[in-house]
Amino acid sequence: MTYAILQRLAQMLFVMFGISLLVFLIFFGTPGVDPAARIAGRNASPEVLEAVRHSFGFDQPFYVQYLTMMKKIFVTGDLTSFVNRGWKVVPAVLDTIPVTLSLVFGAAVLWVVFSLIIGVVAAAFRDRWPDKLLMILGLIGISMPVYWLGEVMNLITQSRFHDIWLFAWVPPLGYKEFGKDPEGWFLTLVIPWITLSILYIGLYGRVLRASITEALQEDYIRTARAKGLSETRILLRHALRTSLIAFVTLFGLDFGALVGGSALLTEVVFGLQGVGKLTFDALQNLDLPVIMTTVLYASFFVVLANAVVDVVYILLDPRVRTS
Amino acid sequence: MNTAANISRGPWATALHRLSRDRTALVALAFFVLIVLSCLSAPIYAWWAGVDPFKSTLDAVITIDGVQHPVMELPTTGLALGYTPIGPTWRLGNYFLGADNQGRDVMARLLYGGLNSIVIASAATAFTLIFATAFGLLAGFFGGVIDMVISRILDVLWAFPVYLLAISLSIVLITQGISIGPITIESSSLALPVFIIGVIYIPYVARPVRGQVMALRQSDFVMAAIGLGAPSGRILWKDILPNVSTTLIVFIPIMMALNMLTESALSFLSIGVQPPAASWGTIIQDGQTLLYTRPAVALAPGIMIVISVLSLNVFGDGLRDALDPRSKIKLGRG
Amino acid sequence: MILQVTDLRVSFRTEHGMVRVLDGVSFDVAEGEVLGIVGESGSGKTMTVLAVMGLITDPNAVIEGSIKFRGRELVGLRPREMRDLRGREIAMIFQDPMTALTPVYTIGWQIAEQILTHEKVSKKAAWDRAIALLAEVGIPRPEEAVHRYPHQLSGGMRQRAVIAMALTCNPALLVADEPTTALDVTVQAQILDLLRKLQATHGSAIVFITHDLGVMAELADRIMVMYAGRIVERAAREPLFADPQHPYTVALLNSIPPLEGARPHRLQTIAGAPPSLSNLPQGCAFGPRCPKRFAACAARPRLTLPPHETACFLTGAP
Repeated sequence: MTYAILQRLAQMLFVMFGISLLVFLIFFGTPGVDPAARIAGRNASPEVLEAVRHSFGFDQPFYVQYLTMMKKIFVTGDLTSFVNRGWKVVPAVLDTIPVTLSLVFGAAVLWVVFSLIIGVVAAAFRDRWPDKLLMILGLIGISMPVYWLGEVMNLITQSRFHDIWLFAWVPPLGYKEFGKDPEGWFLTLVIPWITLSILYIGLYGRVLRASITEALQEDYIRTARAKGLSETRILLRHALRTSLIAFVTLFGLDFGALVGGSALLTEVVFGLQGVGKLTFDALQNLDLPVIMTTVLYASFFVVLANAVVDVVYILLDPRVRTS
Repeated sequence: MNTAANISRGPWATALHRLSRDRTALVALAFFVLIVLSCLSAPIYAWWAGVDPFKSTLDAVITIDGVQHPVMELPTTGLALGYTPIGPTWRLGNYFLGADNQGRDVMARLLYGGLNSIVIASAATAFTLIFATAFGLLAGFFGGVIDMVISRILDVLWAFPVYLLAISLSIVLITQGISIGPITIESSSLALPVFIIGVIYIPYVARPVRGQVMALRQSDFVMAAIGLGAPSGRILWKDILPNVSTTLIVFIPIMMALNMLTESALSFLSIGVQPPAASWGTIIQDGQTLLYTRPAVALAPGIMIVISVLSLNVFGDGLRDALDPRSKIKLGRG
Repeated sequence: MILQVTDLRVSFRTEHGMVRVLDGVSFDVAEGEVLGIVGESGSGKTMTVLAVMGLITDPNAVIEGSIKFRGRELVGLRPREMRDLRGREIAMIFQDPMTALTPVYTIGWQIAEQILTHEKVSKKAAWDRAIALLAEVGIPRPEEAVHRYPHQLSGGMRQRAVIAMALTCNPALLVADEPTTALDVTVQAQILDLLRKLQATHGSAIVFITHDLGVMAELADRIMVMYAGRIVERAAREPLFADPQHPYTVALLNSIPPLEGARPHRLQTIAGAPPSLSNLPQGCAFGPRCPKRFAACAARPRLTLPPHETACFLTGAP
């Protein structure tokens, strides 16, 4: 078991190295374009270009450039933006993390609760109308572009139906810090939480329904019936319990991916200054140092999260744990 | 219990027969075909309506029931700053869905945009499937160092969050285009989003293909072929590829759906289709500033995306059940 | 009589119409008796016991006839009442111990779960009884074994755990569906010994299914041979082995090596394959494969009268 965990961690380090190399190659090694011009942003003066060349070591070999980039981002953290001269990028990225975490965490609570309900109810009524209805609703949830759903939500709650009692409480777009205004924090995030979770409710509901139905075909379910257990107990304690391992694994991966940037579209639509929105704004300004930093931090986080999920999986599943 | 009826048919015919009895899947397919056909008719529609969906027409005037309306209306309330484009007239050929903030006919743009969305999604699907199959076959069949190199590359691509990889690629490619040797791709070319979307989903397909090939590699008939000294290329082509092809076909509608969503998201972030060309994602972006005044601009393309993706997903479910009822391929993360 | 099955018929609705998998099966089991059911796969032997257990959950199944347990009709019994019987009065042992236990719970948890479902006892008491049961079925160091997960036990030990679970509430009737088929030969013998010993101490009646006549000879008081969803022969153990009547039983016995005496040069096989249930021949179902077929076989034979019942016109079937 220890060996399996160490192996997984070694793989994690390798993937992190691979990703940093890939990012380096994309930003500095794409043929035919001058990376300094790209980093300096639009209409940069020759002095700025020279400063960029010097600070990133573009007159030096590739491996020095790679190490310089990694040092600026992870060790000294003194990478600065050239679009907003002198703006320190790394602290700016770290500042946005609480916003993204608030968004993803709340959405995760919603999607776990509702997808569990949907998956179990659909499996209990499998092939009858409640199952079919829930699965079609789930498929619709999966098929909606999340940013568009967010706009529809804004249209309903901020404009067209803002004045009726149902949505009168919805505050204007933006983020309120939990520490300063917990109620505002909650109220501004409710609609974004719902928006972000709908896709995952549909996805997880369908996955869970499929894996419970599959588990219900297993021999041990027949044993459980032969023991005289009630159908509810068989469904919840035997079929659902064995399906949960896959559910938890999937959850870890998606949670990691969302914190690491996949919540971008939701943040943009609701004007939440999270990691994704920061990346988006930098994209509009062509501020490459910011994008490099968010991309590396976020993808390292995702890789780390995936590794943690696998280690937890090794610790959770009795079959893996003890063999 | 269905032995007698199926034995006489081949596996493809059986699948086709099963699919032909799945009414839900067929309705979904019909919906998608209908959408494709209407998008293909975009130039005809624009010609018939007499509009140019790619040119600003701020001073156009249209006539409805004998009354003249400017396409860009002066606001009647508030501070009267700027113009508001005309809302939906609900008359085909005459600003059916209204105009966007450059006075362009949204209905015509919707059809042209759909064409781009569908073309990009299809091309990216083909790109992904071809490269993923090649990687999966090589890694799964030859194993050893080849497998290790390919698998590690796939690991890295897989762990990279999809949108961040797309943003990294597109900020470099779309801002300046790319020229490798004699090939120069303009930054406004549709090939760039195809390439970006195609690349990011390769691991989603290559990994299952590799697993399947590894299992087939150990199967009796492949071992026998190897034992008889058949060349690897021949075994891959004749014995392994046909067995993987069901998996690949099952992936087509799922990948199409996923790619349409990804394309629209990238275009919405302005790193997909570049103006003046349109896609459903760019139209939603255009509509964002008009959301509270002229919501039809953003709503219509979104509804088109939902219907297209939904019909692809429903058809994909049916196709999977028909081809390979035990298959475990599910919608990927994305 | 602890179990009386009369004219049991089970059919499934399929794309190609109704398919009958059990056709007019009748049998009794006396208190403490071991009834063996023999047949090839698809002969309906497993379907018969699943019907008795009320475990045919397929919504397309239609069950007709009568199954009486201690005089109480089980066909059409409300699910709640059936559940109350299952695991308490009637218990079942399954074929493959590798898959018969839920992988994510310990052995002790799964046995205690059954006790707590049927009896109002404390968790502690249930747990203690689980340990005692594991000891009884011959699992070494039972107080440790209760904490083991199924995958940590060998196949034989797992089957012992499944048997312990079946015995939990001292059932009057134990149904064993090929309990030794999935095990190694040496382990098979141990499990059979265990079942024989437990039958003596607990006094449960057993319905034992197998396709292995050798196993049957070890354990069964009476043997019932099934083919294509019908009973073709039934007799006490000795007369059935000494003087098989139905050509199918004869063929089955010829296809296993004799326990003593010279081995024959080659074992006989039964020509052809079992018929498809959706397309049964008219008359005797074994007819197309039968070496002794004659004109009368175009009609369907019924069972002769006890003690040695056969469904073959050669033995004077009506």
